[in-house]
Amino acid sequence: MRRIGKQEIEDIAIGAAVLGTGGGGDPYIGKLMALQAVEEYGPITLLSVDEVPDEALVVASGGMGAPTVLIEKIPSGHEVAQTFQALEKYMGKKVFATYPIEAGGINSMLPLALAAQLRLPVVDVDGMGRAFPELQMTTFYLDGISATPMVLADEKGNVTIMDTIDNSWTERIARSVTVQKGGSATCAIYPMFGKNLKESGIHSILQLEEKIGRAIRLAKETNVDPVQEVLKLTDGFELFRGKVVDVDRKTEGGWARGTAKIEGLLQYKGENLELRFQNEHLLARTKDRLLCVTPDLIAVLDSETGLPITTEGLRYGARAVVIGMPCHPKWRTEKGIETVGPRYFRYDADYIPVEQLVEKGSVVK
Amino acid sequence: MNYRIGIDVGGTHTDAVLLDSEYRVLSKTKSSTTQDVSTGIYEAMREVIAQAGVPREQITYAMLGTTHCTNAIVERKRLNEIAVIRIGAPATFAIKPLVGVPDDLREHLGKRVYIVRGGHEFDGREIVKLDEEELYRIAREIKGKVDSVAVASVFSPVSKEHEMRAGEILREVLGEETPISLSYEIGSVGLLERENATILNASIVTVAKTTAYGFMDALKAEGVHARVFFGQNDGTLMSIEYAIKYPILTIGCGPTNSIRGASYLSGLANALVVDVGGTTTDIGVLVNSFPRESSLAVEIGGARTNFRMPDLISIGLGGGTIVRIQENGQFTVGPDSVGYQLPQKGLAFGGDTLTATDVVIALEKVKLGDPQKVAHLDKELLENVYSRIVEMAEEAIDKMKTSAEPVPVILVGGGSILLPDVLKGASQIIRPENFGVANAIGAAIAQISGQIDRVFSLDETGREKTLETAKRMAIDEAIAAGAEPETIEIVEFEDIPLSYLGNATRIRVKAAGTLAAPVEV
Repeated sequence: MRRIGKQEIEDIAIGAAVLGTGGGGDPYIGKLMALQAVEEYGPITLLSVDEVPDEALVVASGGMGAPTVLIEKIPSGHEVAQTFQALEKYMGKKVFATYPIEAGGINSMLPLALAAQLRLPVVDVDGMGRAFPELQMTTFYLDGISATPMVLADEKGNVTIMDTIDNSWTERIARSVTVQKGGSATCAIYPMFGKNLKESGIHSILQLEEKIGRAIRLAKETNVDPVQEVLKLTDGFELFRGKVVDVDRKTEGGWARGTAKIEGLLQYKGENLELRFQNEHLLARTKDRLLCVTPDLIAVLDSETGLPITTEGLRYGARAVVIGMPCHPKWRTEKGIETVGPRYFRYDADYIPVEQLVEKGSVVK
Repeated sequence: MNYRIGIDVGGTHTDAVLLDSEYRVLSKTKSSTTQDVSTGIYEAMREVIAQAGVPREQITYAMLGTTHCTNAIVERKRLNEIAVIRIGAPATFAIKPLVGVPDDLREHLGKRVYIVRGGHEFDGREIVKLDEEELYRIAREIKGKVDSVAVASVFSPVSKEHEMRAGEILREVLGEETPISLSYEIGSVGLLERENATILNASIVTVAKTTAYGFMDALKAEGVHARVFFGQNDGTLMSIEYAIKYPILTIGCGPTNSIRGASYLSGLANALVVDVGGTTTDIGVLVNSFPRESSLAVEIGGARTNFRMPDLISIGLGGGTIVRIQENGQFTVGPDSVGYQLPQKGLAFGGDTLTATDVVIALEKVKLGDPQKVAHLDKELLENVYSRIVEMAEEAIDKMKTSAEPVPVILVGGGSILLPDVLKGASQIIRPENFGVANAIGAAIAQISGQIDRVFSLDETGREKTLETAKRMAIDEAIAAGAEPETIEIVEFEDIPLSYLGNATRIRVKAAGTLAAPVEV
């Protein structure tokens, strides 16, 4: 158990943006919510997953809906307490702690805000080890854990409890409820017991985010290369360095899909990287080589500061380092690849682990 | 004949020009920006009028680009006492106004912060009804205690209704003389950034007013009765009334004036503009004769904002940049500068500091100052320093380009003598005549614009006709603001369909044209 305050939140937000692989919404809003909550209610208690009793009820908290709505209609902050109360009533059991469903973007920060406000501990675990766009894309789902009972609340006080037959129904119903609620809602989701969380979750993810964020923050002061620090912490690989020269973005079926071209610099001169994204960066290749593909993590970092660049933030002229990081082994199973592999996102490629791709193509470590 | 004066007040220099109706430069001056700023403006103006020797009554326009407002925010000085009213409860409490802006700014501006019920959903529905009673109560509470008020309502870019009504209530209680800043007039979607911009705007209304009136008084004192305009961030002009109401929209006008001036002087519509001053070099992009806008949140005084600002890279390289050489032959270029004190502090001018300008003098690249005073320096080492200076500019140029293709580069600003005639990534280097006062010329030749931004229903007339109507409305606005009808062009156009609102679309159009010559009487 440890206590975390403002500095830790700042660091976790940066780490979350790295593991968010360009998507998951800008953690900025979530960070400000967490900072305000800590300012008002004091520091947050962070538990390691081993500190959670097997039979304790734990539930993820987060936001659902369009980031464009969230940056305008900021939550009231009371929604989340309502979702937890409704869930406790429905399940007839007290919530012991909360945790983030994903390690990327805004949903990595909202549980921190909630925890400060409700004086509940946060468990250092998540269900993705990164960010993904759909709510069945969790390691919990791989183990057959239901996303429901799920509760959605809006700032007006409307509370919706859903109990669905499977997670794709949860996704469908939750989306339409969210639209009715004004395009953005707060949710309590994937309630489970401590035992399930230990088995199916990805452990120590907040700690990793904090380390990544701190390394990037301190790199400048200590005069080290922030990118190398991130690679060390994530067992990652430098895939490419260059300048963003073209970004082609379309909205398709509610997703921001697109392609970015990065022209190589230094030892990559003469080569071009093609980056495919759908909310998150999902595939990186050159003309001849596949470099990294989902569910492995692709992050685009500013080559000077090491700060991550989101898919929306990709723009002409940005100097970037593209890195690849191995995903959690849970995703490398057959069901994992089926759920979040390249084919699911309609890319014509098979999943090959990043370390194998790197070996084949002699990419610089 | 009609004449016009353009003045640009920069951090280092106040530049002024006087042009005839064909935009020929009749006189120009460059003087140090004074502590009180106004004296500098007054001096520069008097100087160009005296030099040109034209009849004062024929000076019909005066354009001012100023950094007054930027400085007030950055230095946290002369800021107004304000109240911040956010319309959005029961939503938005999770991040209150000014959370995330630097503490010292929050102390200045966050003394009276209110969140009232109201605001809209993304599709234009009301979240809840606007709490008018609470607005009346707040208005009475702050009456006599504040200089101005900032109002931001959730999704006001989609529906400005609640902000407008709040404005009416505040005016009713506080009176006409208390400026009310409404966020929908300033920024785009993104409540916190738009609200920050609105708060900053409210905090500088008095600075803007003093500057504007000071400028008009100075003109009158010179016997000039010209129409006065302010340069704004997008490279067009705004009336003095509008500038006093929305001064935040002037704070990026220095670089935009330079970019517009560079375009005019070189005759190019698409190029990179490198403006080298005393302290910094600003690089911007000229697209269809206007500065490219930043698509990202821009921090002003440490606060994230999202209003229209030019897309710029600024590096610490200028004529006054300090060069330090160590005994082992290692050296550093900047980032600090002697700035406007170059004529006193530079080695070649009899001072004791080695600057970038001294380097080019010693290498005989320019004729300036006294070359004897820098003749003792090691030429080979200085060549290395010079290479570094050029490299700094080249790197920044490359960062601003949109493709690997070489592009024309226009060099302006007094410090541009630092740079050579060949630069990596540049297809050609253009050094236009009067490059030293490009910003003042940019202010003087700026166009007047008209814009509309509203939601149209496409059901009645169909898309094509609606777009035509919207364009016509923007053109009419530009004419009403004083643009010559034959010269008006649509310079910006945006069309965003709104889901869940039937067949509705939000259309933004901006039309700009040259200022019409006043009718002779």
